[in-house]
Amino acid sequence: MRTLETVLAEHPFFAGLEQRYLQIIVGCATNVVFEKGQIIFREGEEADRFYLIRQGRVALEVHAAGIGTLTIQTLDAGDILGWSWLVPPYRWHFDARAVELTRAIALDGECLRRKCEEDHDLGYELLKRFAEIITQRLQATRLQLLDVYGAEGHTSRRGGT
Amino acid sequence: MVPRPFRLRQVRRETSDTFTLELEPADSAEGFCFRAGQFNMLYVFGVGEIPISISGNPANPRVLTHTTREVGTVTKAMGKLRRGDVIGVRGPFGTPWPIEQAEGADVVIVAGGIGLAPLRSALYHLLAQRDRYGKIVLLYGTRTPGDILYRRELQRWRAQFDLEVHITVDRALSGWRGNVGVVTSLIPRAPFDARNTVALVCGPEIMMRFAVLELQRRGVPPSHIYVSLERNMKCGVGVCGHCQLAPFFVCKDGPVFSYDKVQHLLEKREI
Ligand SMILES: Cc1cc2nc3c(=O)[nH]c(=O)nc-3n(C[C@H](O)[C@H](O)[C@H](O)COP(=O)(O)OP(=O)(O)OC[C@H]3O[C@@H](n4cnc5c(N)ncnc54)[C@H](O)[C@@H]3O)c2cc1C
Ligand code: FES
Repeated sequence: MRTLETVLAEHPFFAGLEQRYLQIIVGCATNVVFEKGQIIFREGEEADRFYLIRQGRVALEVHAAGIGTLTIQTLDAGDILGWSWLVPPYRWHFDARAVELTRAIALDGECLRRKCEEDHDLGYELLKRFAEIITQRLQATRLQLLDVYGAEGHTSRRGGT
Repeated sequence: MVPRPFRLRQVRRETSDTFTLELEPADSAEGFCFRAGQFNMLYVFGVGEIPISISGNPANPRVLTHTTREVGTVTKAMGKLRRGDVIGVRGPFGTPWPIEQAEGADVVIVAGGIGLAPLRSALYHLLAQRDRYGKIVLLYGTRTPGDILYRRELQRWRAQFDLEVHITVDRALSGWRGNVGVVTSLIPRAPFDARNTVALVCGPEIMMRFAVLELQRRGVPPSHIYVSLERNMKCGVGVCGHCQLAPFFVCKDGPVFSYDKVQHLLEKREI
């Protein structure tokens, strides 16, 4: 059977991370499974962990009055779910729901923050990885906001459908 | 060049604001040969003439197919046409997708919105010659699930051929079980060998710019990335200058360009 450490090492988020850091991080990790349709967390709740998705799909949702529940992003195997555990006030900004059976590794945010305080090199390594993901998501969100396929949001006529 | 009359043999609604016209020559039995990626100037009599890509099968010259999104005067008038009506056609014009040159390589198609229309012609060809290519991957983004073009055909192709199809939408109500996110987010994990890949990209220009960045990040060289550009057009044959993009006339030197040729132009403003 593969150990949790091996699974962590194989996840793209931790690719290339030194063995000694993995050994520290594994102490904060647990395996979790979410059934199809299960809510993983809700907006406003305390963000005490993040997830490395290994299999399945998770939808980030917001509720908009008069429209209903909107999915604003989906995350798949290899993706990271959640960074609100990193920054105060440590609250989730969206709901997260498993769209299908989802397997993930949960990392305890408080445990990880403590270890990062004790070892700033580890903290810096993790922050670099999160910064990259946050930047990618920010770019994607900007593109989404431009509504490039909408009637108004395009600079070319093929801004269609 | 005088428009040739074509009769509508079928009009199909694709989505709330797009439709596909199937046309046949009204003047003779002579078919219409074209290469995937080329476009025609379509003339709605008494309204106006616009460039529209050919979205049909290049191996079938008996039917001429165009998919159009209703945005303004001419496209809306075109959307009101019915079976049996006649429109004028000039073409085919412009450069095709480099599908013959791509033989032996993986082919990644990145389409946004109505940008899938000219790429469908390429897909017909690629799938007809399936064994000549490595992986064929279609990454397609639209605004919402209701805006997905050619839905049934894509499902059929996916089941029938060795074709990877990944669709994503910018937003969806919670019943949608597919991907939500911009089309560029599909590129990092799409299964292709970046060093031996030809990428064909068509959609809104901003989307294309970001898609190209992601393709380059994956290691696809700019000379292997092809984009289909759009500028206002009038003559369609490189005479009037309406479609000029610095040294190029998009109607004649394009619409399909390898990215290394136009990179410096697309990164500048106001051209
Ligand atoms: C080579 C080429 C291939 C094309 N292929 C297709 C195709 O396959 N399918 C398809 O649907 N379209 C295609 N187009 C775009 C199509 O030609 C235009 O949508 C069409 O000319 C619009 O004409 P119209 O009279 O309906 O709109 P207009 O009356 O000219 O414009 C109406 C409104 O549309 C919007 N609009 C139109 N053009 C622009 C623009 N350049 N920038 C910003 N907003 C704009 C504006 O809101 C404008 O007020 C292609 C264009 C080119 C150059
Ligand atoms: S449309 Fe006249 S030169 Fe291109």
